[in-house]
Amino acid sequence: MKNKTIKKVDLIFEQVDHLAILDKTLNRSSEEIILDIIDSGLRGRGGAGFPTGLKWKFARNEDSEQKYVICNADEGEPGTFKDREILTQVPEKVLTGMAVCGKAIGASEGYIYLRAEYNFLLPMLHQKIDTFNNVLKEKKFDFSVAIRSGSGAYVCGEETALMESMEGFRGEPRNKPPFPTSKGYLGKPTSINNVETLVFALMIANLGPKMFKELGTFDSRGSKVFSISGDTPSAGIYELELGMTLEDFVNEFGDGDTKAVQIGGASGYCVARKNFKSTVIGFEGIPTGGSMMLFNSSRSMYNILRDYLEFFEEESCGQCTPCRIGCQQLLKGVEAVKKGLKPPSYLENLQRLSETMKIASKCGLGQSVGNPFNSIINNFREEIIY
Amino acid sequence: MPTKVLIYIKVHIINPTKNFMTRIEQFVKEQADYYGRRRNSLMPILQAVVQSERYLSEEAMVAVAEELDLSTADVFGTASFYTFLDTVPRGKNIIKVCKTITCHMKGKDEIISTIEDQLKIKLGSTSSDGRFSLLQANCLGWCHKGPVMLVNDEIYTEITPEKTVEVIRDYLKKTK
Amino acid sequence: MSKFQVNLKINNLAIAVDEGTTILEAARQLNFNIPTLCHHDDICVAGNCRVCVVEQKGSRLLPAACATPVGEGMEILTNSMKVRQARKHVVELLLSEHNADCTRCIKNGECELQKMSNEYRTGNNQFISLLKEKDKVIDFSSPSISKDDSKCIRCQRCVRTCAEMQAVNALTVAYKGNNMRISTFLNKPMNDVVCTNCGQCINRCPTGSLTERTYVDQVFEAVYDPTKFVVVQTAPATRVAIGEEFGLEPGTRVTGKMVAALRRIGFDKVLDTDFSADLTIIEEGYELLSRLKAALVDGKAPALPMMTSCSPGWIKFQEHLYPELLENLSSCKSPQQMFGALAKTYYAERMNKNPADMIVVSIMPCTAKKFEANRPEMRGSGYKDVDFVLTTRELGMMIRQAGIDFNKLENESYDGMLGESTGAGVIFGNTGGVMEAALRTAYEIITGREVPFSNLSIKPVRGMEGVKEAAIRFKDVLPEWNFLEGVELKVGITHGLANAKLLMDKVKEGNTGFHFIEIMACPGGCIGGGGQPLPTTLAIRKKRASGLYEEDEKMILRKSHENPEVKELYQSFLHQPLGHRSHDLLHTHYYSRKKI
Repeated sequence: MKNKTIKKVDLIFEQVDHLAILDKTLNRSSEEIILDIIDSGLRGRGGAGFPTGLKWKFARNEDSEQKYVICNADEGEPGTFKDREILTQVPEKVLTGMAVCGKAIGASEGYIYLRAEYNFLLPMLHQKIDTFNNVLKEKKFDFSVAIRSGSGAYVCGEETALMESMEGFRGEPRNKPPFPTSKGYLGKPTSINNVETLVFALMIANLGPKMFKELGTFDSRGSKVFSISGDTPSAGIYELELGMTLEDFVNEFGDGDTKAVQIGGASGYCVARKNFKSTVIGFEGIPTGGSMMLFNSSRSMYNILRDYLEFFEEESCGQCTPCRIGCQQLLKGVEAVKKGLKPPSYLENLQRLSETMKIASKCGLGQSVGNPFNSIINNFREEIIY
Repeated sequence: MPTKVLIYIKVHIINPTKNFMTRIEQFVKEQADYYGRRRNSLMPILQAVVQSERYLSEEAMVAVAEELDLSTADVFGTASFYTFLDTVPRGKNIIKVCKTITCHMKGKDEIISTIEDQLKIKLGSTSSDGRFSLLQANCLGWCHKGPVMLVNDEIYTEITPEKTVEVIRDYLKKTK
Repeated sequence: MSKFQVNLKINNLAIAVDEGTTILEAARQLNFNIPTLCHHDDICVAGNCRVCVVEQKGSRLLPAACATPVGEGMEILTNSMKVRQARKHVVELLLSEHNADCTRCIKNGECELQKMSNEYRTGNNQFISLLKEKDKVIDFSSPSISKDDSKCIRCQRCVRTCAEMQAVNALTVAYKGNNMRISTFLNKPMNDVVCTNCGQCINRCPTGSLTERTYVDQVFEAVYDPTKFVVVQTAPATRVAIGEEFGLEPGTRVTGKMVAALRRIGFDKVLDTDFSADLTIIEEGYELLSRLKAALVDGKAPALPMMTSCSPGWIKFQEHLYPELLENLSSCKSPQQMFGALAKTYYAERMNKNPADMIVVSIMPCTAKKFEANRPEMRGSGYKDVDFVLTTRELGMMIRQAGIDFNKLENESYDGMLGESTGAGVIFGNTGGVMEAALRTAYEIITGREVPFSNLSIKPVRGMEGVKEAAIRFKDVLPEWNFLEGVELKVGITHGLANAKLLMDKVKEGNTGFHFIEIMACPGGCIGGGGQPLPTTLAIRKKRASGLYEEDEKMILRKSHENPEVKELYQSFLHQPLGHRSHDLLHTHYYSRKKI
């Protein structure tokens, strides 16, 4: 790294003896495992950032004969592609991470929900899973993994929508509460974790919470796999320590002409150059599931916003009013302003609408459409109007 | 006085088991035998049908509904939620060009028009010989290597118009 | 054991409610009304319209009051500025994709979206209209139900009704995002799918998207045509519901006023479906007895249990989903169709009318009756037996259009010949009513004694339970019914097609033990029919049911076989139950239909 303030880490892709870690973990109590995860400060790596140890604790505390572990590999957020790479490079670590979670919460079945766009991974994964399940059987550890495929629906990355889909229904998010840890897949307590989270959990179970805690900041412990794309000479996947400023990041990955960075994918925030310095990447600043899209000055922010909105308009599940119609109104609205069919002041109406979508939508999808919308309108208003 | 127990109760079965099954019905039945007939078997079965037939025909959805004891509307409603479970006929090869942000920035429009010219079809349609369908897809998860396209389950990254022509030519050869 | 109590504050008022109560229910207990659209007490919670969002102190998000259970220490505001803005937005968004052609809409005045936009005075819609011309195509394929997607707000009440209450699943949510819509299988016309025409979706549609096909104009045209002799029949359940159209309490008995109104509208004769309900009991009762005889005496294997056939929604359900059980259905036509067939034969003859010049109109609590009247086999008289079927709601519309002040009308009585009825015919409108009527008659035919229940009220078959059952033992039977001596007749009653489906699955397994089953497609029976006044709730249905039982108790004749006009009909025209003429006019057959 040419930039000293950015630290590359290698926890995720490092090849490890996963079976040794498994043996080690199986000899510990579920309390111990969970305490370590809580202590490490690990938060969900899918984007929402819920404390992983707490999630496991909730699931473990549920009194139920049947519990499930789900690995959320429905990586659909535009700009994110790290889970695909993790599953390709270190599938055993993911599987072992699921088994660790199974041990911690007391589940005997684990599922990987893989998005259909990654179907080409299936033959390899099936093979790895067969081997892994056999190993578990030999070890007399009551846990097995199976795969369920998605069929092309972004919203299925939302945990309850994912479960609906696994149960054979339309992938429409459920009302919460109840949360999956008490009523998840088939109504049973379920811990659903992102691919990357499970690998981190595995590494924490292996190395202890201390090494993880020492990385990152108070709010954002550890490192994170970033998916870097757009106008950058070094697009790709990088595991970086959390807590860097966006300025440091852009210095490292930008093409010298970066005017904006979209942090957290289409549903994240767009940060303009003037705020690079003051923006921290992490839960205390702008959190991300790993997506970092860089835009240089040749890009029209109107086109980018339009792309986002078109994406959401199509990928909303459609059940709740603010999201289904709101997304359409935001898209039609900016188009109308651009064409001069509505006055620039109409953008304020749309921003108020996006506030409503943020607080009144049923799930995270509708709740986050306002993030890119407002951050782009606020930073690049002229580009939208003219 | 002792009560006479129940009178003879009989149910008439007018329409006993079907003895003739079409190819699709047979296929769906095999899938149901394999995956089971509970609701959570629905997706794998639909996926298997699409894998084999490229889309869910009316006949296939009726067969699935019959096997799983669901209503046909329910099967259709579920299938139509998912972009990859087409309910309209598709070609033997389905090309999905990623249209989301970075692939857009890196030139997916050119890729699409290249394919349109090469196969003489419009985006969203199927070639008259039934060999190809050309569609757009939302983010395929290869943003660092855009533009990308999926042909069936095969991914092609960092494609250029020239590379695309070659890829399609290969499929033309493969699919007579 | 009492439930845990949860303490919370709503609009700064403290309240303790049972654990599991929703915010919406808790607010209602404090007399705060939170607006709802996708919520309906009869069906499961969806939480998708978001009009009921409220502010919860300490939460960034606005929870949906209908879908969120109360929590200890919660502080809820139901009308804060945040809530008002969100709610207004939701209504405006819905209006932006809604074909707000309110003045011309059949639901004008009864539309929940209209009421809400009125309350919130949305004014000029600030948003861009998303309505496309192609969405304005209305599906008129079904004779019972029309479906207009341009008025749909995607609340999914209809889908939940069709699935949960009726287990029909003709309607589904299809596609997603901006393309999401309510659809049939492959968006086929309503008449080409498994839809039973029960109309329960109509009863729960908050807007004018799902409505009954209306024939009010055609009926007025017939009434005002001097060359036509127009008779009208009124179903049992209409007399305790039509009052609701004029502001009366549900269950108010307004039979006399309804007759008076129909006469003022200009019908030539006002007759009663209750008459043919009594007739149905005779025919169906003898049919049951003949099946029992075949089984017990002749050693044959008739289809048992026998199932009632009065409810056309149920019939079509059976034809689609349980074609293997069609022989178990009674071959009796429904009272409406028995009436029609007799009106254009027996009645026409006696009244000296040419049946070709007769128009038979039915006032029904039902939308499926519209379909039934159009079935090709319903032409026993040589003509279309029933020409037009109007719902209770449409009758309300007719009365208003005719300028009749309903509430001030004096009671009048039905015309004769097909107008006399007994209390047994009246209770046909309730779940369990057909069974009760049948038992009153069958027991007496077999034993010569009245059914052994106090005041003829067979309580076990009454009420709103999903499946009811009763058993009655025949002792000391009359000589000709010797074979029934000591036999215990077991009967089952169910209402709502979801319940019917459960029961049918058991019947298929052959282990219900029932000999006779009454099934009505709608919740509560016809009183909860798809053509009844809006709104509909369990409480309203219960009130209507009580209304019918009261009416029964007030009647002098309460057993179908005592109906003098029915007796006269057999004496002079039909000669005997299940006879040749009955077969031609009063019985029918069924078809196996596709499951799509």
